Amino acid sequence: MKTANRRQFLHDAVRWSMAAGGLSLAPLLIHGCQSMGEVADVATAIGTASGTISEEQAASIRKGAHAVARSFEDFTPEQEYYIGRTVGAAILDTYPAYDAAGLNRYVNLLGQTLAAASDRPETFGGYHFLVQDSDDINALSAPGGLIFLTRGMLRCCRTEDGLAALLAHEIGHVQSKDGLRAIKQARVTEALTIIGIEGARHLGGEDLAKLTQTFEDSISDITRTLIVNGYSRELERQADRTAVTLLQRVGYAPDALIDVLTVMGQRLVPGRPDFASTHPSPESRMAEVTGLIGPYSPVRRPAARQRRFDKAMAGV
Amino acid sequence: MSEMFSVQIRDGRLRARPSFLGKITGPVAYGDRVAVAARRGAWWRVATQDGREGWLHQSALTSKTIQLKAGTRDVRTGATEDELALAGKGFNSQVEAAYRRRHPGLDYTRLDRMAADRVSPEQMTAFLIEGELEPEGGRQ
Repeated sequence: MKTANRRQFLHDAVRWSMAAGGLSLAPLLIHGCQSMGEVADVATAIGTASGTISEEQAASIRKGAHAVARSFEDFTPEQEYYIGRTVGAAILDTYPAYDAAGLNRYVNLLGQTLAAASDRPETFGGYHFLVQDSDDINALSAPGGLIFLTRGMLRCCRTEDGLAALLAHEIGHVQSKDGLRAIKQARVTEALTIIGIEGARHLGGEDLAKLTQTFEDSISDITRTLIVNGYSRELERQADRTAVTLLQRVGYAPDALIDVLTVMGQRLVPGRPDFASTHPSPESRMAEVTGLIGPYSPVRRPAARQRRFDKAMAGV
Repeated sequence: MSEMFSVQIRDGRLRARPSFLGKITGPVAYGDRVAVAARRGAWWRVATQDGREGWLHQSALTSKTIQLKAGTRDVRTGATEDELALAGKGFNSQVEAAYRRRHPGLDYTRLDRMAADRVSPEQMTAFLIEGELEPEGGRQ
């Protein structure tokens, strides 16, 4: 299947599974884990009052029920890493890697320098960056710090500061664990309770099959959000705020984010399955960013910085 | 007695100064216990159990005990889930392997190569200097 066709196919498949999954999940979401704890409280109160269960048994049941009231924050950095790897593999399946060693090294120098300035500089496997071979305008980040951007997106940058702005926005999503937030609560609960604290390091056949299914569903939740639906406006606003902060911390001009959004505004084609359908409009983002940084001033281009940017971008 | 923390990342690096531009003085591994001797913002000066000292960013550390293998009863006695993390629990390499068997077309080898690209403090410093970048807190 040709790349473009396959992408459309993936896109359609994801939309379809979203519709199907949304229906079947509805009852689970209504009976969220918070209410399970409340139900247990009422049930154990009735049980002890009627003498059916002892106070000790009731305490144990209540503890168990409340223990499942967990959130995406309860994934350990190691679990986040394994989720991120497979999301990364799915992203690479959407667009292949662009194997230009000099360019990828440059993007890593820049990206890892920015990530070091973030509020969450250390993740289980670290931050790593890769360019993808596509004309689509897209940048995607997997939980834990695997960050991808297309050649089409790179072409929206005129300066290193602009590229820094794009990477810093993606680092913002990783820092706030936005990918993990996209996993449906029912699955988070399921994943975190399949194996309790006494669970073995090596899973048995049935548990492994169950957990692998939950893993698969969680990956779909994330890729569907990343590739099709996009994050909420508020999460995007937050990622832009983080981008401005990181640019300032490292010494780049935050105005470069405005430069990149301006080019994106000219190039994004409405309805295309890339940044056009997963992000708020560049115009609205520009208005927000201007509110943060004040009136735009042109980005300075120190000679050596511009030279290395132009050299890395040759061929993009 | 100083507070104990665990390294919660795969390849931790002790640094000579409280900065990512600080020289790496040695490794700390996932699950290693360290004692916190001093704090400077988000950077903590720690001592390892084999007597080495250096700086780590707090995002590399957790107050939980990370138990690397199931069944070692000593650290588990009396510990609640809030105090203990079981390494390899839940989504782990075994689950990834099972997932990969279901999706043999996915390419993880390119990801492994991607994850091998690491920037040293010396390379980061040279990058800042060449680009005339003045980070907050300076290049030291």
